[in-house]
Amino acid sequence: MRASVRPALARSGTDRVERPLQQRLPIGRQGPRRELRLVGCLLHETPCVERIAVAPQQFGGGIELNSECRGIVRHTRKLSDHLFAGSDGRGIAAILKAFIQKGNYELILTGVQAEDGAAQVGGMLAAMLDYPFASLVNSIEILDGKTLRITREIEGGNKELNEIDLPCVLSIQTGINEPRYVGMRGIRQVASVPIPTFGAPDLGVNPEIVGPLAAKIRRVDYFLPAAGRGAEMLYGKPEEIADKVVELVRTKGGLS
Amino acid sequence: MASIFAYVVHKDGAVDDSAAELLSAARKIDPDEEPVAIIAGFGSDLDSVCETLQRSYREVWKISNEAFAYPNAELVRKALIKVLPPGSIVLVPHNHLGIDLSPGLSVKTNTPFVSDVLDIEGREGSWLKVVRQEFGGQISAHVMCDVSCGAVINIRPGAFKYLEASSGNGTIVDKSVEIGPISSGRRYLHTIVAESGDVDISKQPVLVSIGRGIQEQDNVAIAEQLADALGAVVSCSRPVVDAKWMDKSRQVGTSGKTVKPKVYIACGISGAFQHLAGLKGSPFIIAINKNPKAPIFQVADVGVVADLLEFLPILTEKIREARCVSAK
Repeated sequence: MRASVRPALARSGTDRVERPLQQRLPIGRQGPRRELRLVGCLLHETPCVERIAVAPQQFGGGIELNSECRGIVRHTRKLSDHLFAGSDGRGIAAILKAFIQKGNYELILTGVQAEDGAAQVGGMLAAMLDYPFASLVNSIEILDGKTLRITREIEGGNKELNEIDLPCVLSIQTGINEPRYVGMRGIRQVASVPIPTFGAPDLGVNPEIVGPLAAKIRRVDYFLPAAGRGAEMLYGKPEEIADKVVELVRTKGGLS
Repeated sequence: MASIFAYVVHKDGAVDDSAAELLSAARKIDPDEEPVAIIAGFGSDLDSVCETLQRSYREVWKISNEAFAYPNAELVRKALIKVLPPGSIVLVPHNHLGIDLSPGLSVKTNTPFVSDVLDIEGREGSWLKVVRQEFGGQISAHVMCDVSCGAVINIRPGAFKYLEASSGNGTIVDKSVEIGPISSGRRYLHTIVAESGDVDISKQPVLVSIGRGIQEQDNVAIAEQLADALGAVVSCSRPVVDAKWMDKSRQVGTSGKTVKPKVYIACGISGAFQHLAGLKGSPFIIAINKNPKAPIFQVADVGVVADLLEFLPILTEKIREARCVSAK
């Protein structure tokens, strides 16, 4: 059972974690004035849990050279252990925390949510690390190397402008940037690059806090959503259907 | 049974609709347990919100502090940790504040977190059985949550019955002094109000709304032609804005505009709840989608399974013909 294993590690989020930094932060080929390192997370169908992508100490050229991350960040680290399988969101956050504490990371980006819509790992990770957190982030600007200015998406299409201290965790909303995909050449170039792997002993993860036995959230089954009253389906040739639609629109006052 | 608390969201002195829905959700967890409302804020707005909540909740815990003049999830979390009894079940609306607040609150209270719950089916021992949705609402899942030590549960807005306020007169308990000084690594500056754009979709009687099914930017023109024929305008769902094919001001949904047209023609829109939440006033919904299993067909009045690129031009032509006939 993989309930809640992948929130915040979604592909949609990770595709977008590199670009905001490239676009919004003063990071060029010379590297940033102040060292920032990026931790991104990848959804991947592995027998264990997931991979974590870690950017080098400097951003710059060669970001497209990455292994199975397909262009997301330059360096990839895989956190993989059979003990991790079946972890809930809390377990995943605990694994990530263990890895992050081994480095001196200042900015940790996740996606807002995966296909399970739980939107939880980023916030849990931040709380475990005692870092500030912001969800639904749709723009990032670096101020002085200690603080970011970010906007969060809130209701009604409005945005909430905040300042947030580094180190912090941000969950990135879709639409923040244009994801870039790596060409086949780039993928081939890095196909044979080995990915360093960290297991539970390497990370110092207590086996009792991960895996299915530690999970306090368990998905029992899937089922089709209860049908609503359902639409009256129109059948026939397209022209016939269009005639019916026109009549309905007229009846409902949409064709004045 | 653990105490149940509802964290109530409010704005400009008005209680959010979710307050009544959290009450309904709490009764599904335990019909015999009267939940307590917790509310953080400041000034006269907070007082008026407390008075409103008194009518539905037997007890209202009020946390008044200037720091809560605008809700900052980190500060709210710190305050809740100080006042919540161990083992509490905390219900929070799954909105932009709940997404910010609840995962961290569950960590700090060492309780499990269940996100975006649509229904609560009851308890099996110490486990609570709830219903969630995944993959944009295309599939539901039963999820069990061990609530023996408490829990944080985010409730989907609109999913639970709205319980009208009774004539009750709940007690207001001021918990402000228990909070003490608090600070946050994140500071709210101000709200950037969405630009209204060239057209206000919230005031249109007819909307032709497009989703991911429109496939590419060039195809937006097909929807615009239909809208022109109808004298309507084009709105859209989130993926279209993310792809920058349309301006944010045209987006319908929780993170876009709330609209209340008479007729809503949903073209290639799957029907995720975030989108549907932006539709008010019971419009007549005509859904056109090539996926016969798209959730939009469950809520639409009329459904057409068709390829947009083929069907919309035909419909446009028929609308034009109908208008010509009417003009004669």
